[in-house]
Amino acid sequence: MYDGWKILVGLIIGVILLAYPFWPDAEKWAAKTPEPELTAKAQEAKVCVEPKSYIRTQHMKLLDQWRDSVVRDGIRQYENSTGKVYDISLQNTCIECHSNKTKFCDQCHTYAGVDPFCWDCHIEPEENM
Amino acid sequence: MNFVLSIVVSFSAFVVLVLIPLVGVWALDLRTLFGTVIPYTALLIFFLGLIVRVIGWSRSPVPFRIPTTAGQQKSLPWIKQSKIDNPSTTLGVLVRMIFEVLTFRSLFRNTRMEYREGPRIGYEWEKWLWLFALAFHYSFLVVVIRHLRFFTEPIPAFVTLVEQLDGFFQVGSAPFSGFMLPGAMLSGLLLLGAVSLLLLRRLWVAQVRYISLPADYFPLFLILGIAFTGVLMRYLLKVDVIRVKELTLGLASFQPKNPEGIGVLFYIHLFLVSVLLVYFPFSKLVHFAGIFLSPTRNLSNNSRMVRHVNPWDYPVKVHTYEAYEDEFREKMIEAGLPVEKMPERPLEQEAETLQQGEKD
Amino acid sequence: MADVPKPEELAKIDHSLSPWQGWMNAPTEIREGIACYGVAPKNTRIVDFPNPREWSPFDEDWKLPENWKEIVLDGLRERIDRFRSLKIFMDICVRCGACADKCHFFIGSGDPKNMPVLRAELLRSVYRKEFTTAGKIMGMFAGARELTYDVLKEWWSYFFQCTECRRCSVFCPYGIDTAEITIIARELLNLLGLNIDWIGAPVANCYRTGNHLGIQPHAYKDMIDFFVDEIEEVTGVKVEPSFNRKGAEILFITPSGDVFADPGTYTCMGYLILFHYLQSLGLDITWSTYASEGGNFGYFTSHEMAKRLNAKMYAEAKRLGVKWILGGECGHMWRVINQYMDTFNGPADFLEEPVSPITGTKFENAKSTRMVHITEFTADLIKHGKLKLDPSRNDNLVVTFHDSCNPARGMGLIEEPRYIIRNVCNHFFEMPENTIREQTFCCGSGSGLNAGEDMELRMRGGLARANAVKYVHERHGVNMLACVCAIDRAVFPDLMQYWVPEVGVTGVHELVGNALILDGEKERTTDLRNEPLPGVEIEEEE
Repeated sequence: MYDGWKILVGLIIGVILLAYPFWPDAEKWAAKTPEPELTAKAQEAKVCVEPKSYIRTQHMKLLDQWRDSVVRDGIRQYENSTGKVYDISLQNTCIECHSNKTKFCDQCHTYAGVDPFCWDCHIEPEENM
Repeated sequence: MNFVLSIVVSFSAFVVLVLIPLVGVWALDLRTLFGTVIPYTALLIFFLGLIVRVIGWSRSPVPFRIPTTAGQQKSLPWIKQSKIDNPSTTLGVLVRMIFEVLTFRSLFRNTRMEYREGPRIGYEWEKWLWLFALAFHYSFLVVVIRHLRFFTEPIPAFVTLVEQLDGFFQVGSAPFSGFMLPGAMLSGLLLLGAVSLLLLRRLWVAQVRYISLPADYFPLFLILGIAFTGVLMRYLLKVDVIRVKELTLGLASFQPKNPEGIGVLFYIHLFLVSVLLVYFPFSKLVHFAGIFLSPTRNLSNNSRMVRHVNPWDYPVKVHTYEAYEDEFREKMIEAGLPVEKMPERPLEQEAETLQQGEKD
Repeated sequence: MADVPKPEELAKIDHSLSPWQGWMNAPTEIREGIACYGVAPKNTRIVDFPNPREWSPFDEDWKLPENWKEIVLDGLRERIDRFRSLKIFMDICVRCGACADKCHFFIGSGDPKNMPVLRAELLRSVYRKEFTTAGKIMGMFAGARELTYDVLKEWWSYFFQCTECRRCSVFCPYGIDTAEITIIARELLNLLGLNIDWIGAPVANCYRTGNHLGIQPHAYKDMIDFFVDEIEEVTGVKVEPSFNRKGAEILFITPSGDVFADPGTYTCMGYLILFHYLQSLGLDITWSTYASEGGNFGYFTSHEMAKRLNAKMYAEAKRLGVKWILGGECGHMWRVINQYMDTFNGPADFLEEPVSPITGTKFENAKSTRMVHITEFTADLIKHGKLKLDPSRNDNLVVTFHDSCNPARGMGLIEEPRYIIRNVCNHFFEMPENTIREQTFCCGSGSGLNAGEDMELRMRGGLARANAVKYVHERHGVNMLACVCAIDRAVFPDLMQYWVPEVGVTGVHELVGNALILDGEKERTTDLRNEPLPGVEIEEEE
């Protein structure tokens, strides 16, 4: 007994399943890497609360620290790496510039498959672009 | 080769493997090599190796039906058959295999022999191996499924769902601000834990330590390294995940891209995964395919009901009844046993001669 | 048994393995008490096996052909191409260690190479060296090593310290079966004439005379006639077995050990009594002197030799023109019948699907091989109320049941013998659950290792079984160990004598023979062993 056909069918199914990430998919092939869009105000400001490269990778940590410092410690001021002081406020500091949630926050978050819980508590900004 | 040498050898190999991408990307900036060429080569070797392996196995036949029967056979209708552990039908085999592959049923039987004074031999509860193995394999699976977010666009619902389930504790803020972000995933930590426990067990249990080869430590270090760099990237050092996905999606859609600004940590992670892929088909890790072909598990115990055919069966030399009777005919006749061929002389005469012989 | 250390000494077993020495260069000692004697050239010649010569495993020189290494490696290559089992088992072991303490030889010896995983690694290491790229390049770092003379001796030593019981295979997450590996390793050793005489001689005997003990036809009949007299003495009834009778409905084949050695002989009397009882109900059965062996020591040398010996069963059934075959109580015999016979020597299209002539039950599970186990047959009779039984005749016995390895793990014959025992005995107790059914422990002397010269090995190998018997002996007063295997019956008396002296050994059909009430029998005062029945002595005194 060889059961060659059974093995072949099993192998083909197995390989196809394992190759799932490489399945042909026009939508995937056409996908563009999103680039956060800056509002006019943001562009004007030129800098964020910290350097851009830091913000790109670490913004979630910063926001989490901000939340804890306000909610738990009552500290509402943030001094950045260059000594400049900001109000700790998602609404007033972040959204002030980045009022375009869809184009600034969401498209990258969706792309990377992350689902931040900012808006569990905060009210989503009304977009006026 | 004792266990110390085994560990030194396998750990050294692992360290070299970490250093290669570190030097290659950090110092020499060989991003195309480490981001495109090596991953593709590794994938190719993985798939070809796996196919060659399985086809190689399939070319050797299963001459005999040799399931390990771990329960009551199908016999008289009023005796309850153990349909899973001693299956007599294809359905039974299917269920047995599903339990074996998904729940490690055989490993669940494990006991630990306790040799006490007397002697009194005991067989004690020992499910740790089963538990660690199960935790390891399932967390690995979940981690792999979660990683599909890097290879799909849009991300399919099942990936998101697995991720939500995996992160349902939402320990976003503990224990330090900004540490477990974005959202701690159980599977990654479980994977790290389970691999560590399997490694510790290998060192702790004398018998397992004794039988372990470098080839047993090496994959543990490798997977530990992969999980550790992954956890590091996710929770501590952070890499630019959008650019990571740009690279991985490039791989997945065969339009390789090698964006700037991804930390070297990612390349170490990717390189170790590539090594794992290459190592897979040529090592014990191939058990994940081999289990399906194991003749003691995937056959039904029906060889008295249905004839099993051996493709290389050949005629053998046997001692025929004729040859047997030729040798013992006279003695058989004397003892009153029936024979096929009567001797030339009539039986009475034969018997008389024999009796006379005895008297002499 | 003179050279065997005392039980108290033998029981001092150290299972803590030295962490500082790797196994690959740990030397192998071939010593008296553990190793069996080498096969004698005359036995090798009878079956045309290679390299017949006088040799001893205790000598330095084993008188191998010059190209022995080539022979072994070619043999291994051939078998890798023939057995998917071997190929898979060589490739996928992860050395998780689940099997390590499941082997009765490891439990009884503490010798690390008796851990099933390591026993397989002995072969696997050479496989890696010769057949895998990693092994060729990385050598011992990939767990590979050269096949040297010492490695060959190590193989010989440890593949003749495995009884092919398959207990490890039950616990292995991939079902890796050391029995399969041992069977194939022994085939390789046989290519060089490296067998043991306790296997070689029975094989030669069986080939020529039809049974392992070399009993010639007239002597076979004499033995049975002797049992007929014994039975008449005990029961007052004369049973009349027939031999080599053409036209009988059923051919009966049992291991020759039942005909020749106590306590198997009492089991044989049990069969005779049962068949006589059934005669008036329509049983038409014959014995054979040509196919007078149920067991198959060929199976302990090679698949080919197993097939050569097994061929006699169908050949004789065909010659006599019977409808189907009934098989006696035996261990590996039943693994061969259940998993190999039809493939070896079938299809048995000259036979009919077995039907019990007494109850009309169709043995559906044997419809192709057409051979039925006697406990299946008897259990069916009892279930249909066809047997008049007086279990109180076994009241002096407190019985436990030993599942023989092969019927348990190569067939699944578990409930049938138990059902019979419960109907013919009043006192039955199970041993602890980790030591019975599919987890049963080997007698320690299976697969041809039941020689005299390896008594220490046998006592070590049987320790786990004996210890479980001791447990029920102390707890429930068990004094009789029942089994359905001729090797068990041959080796357990020694083992019990050594570890649990107050326990006897019996076959299931001896118990049946005692309990079965024959028509016209006299009042029985003794059992088949001529020992007084319970209560009888006291009555006589009054």
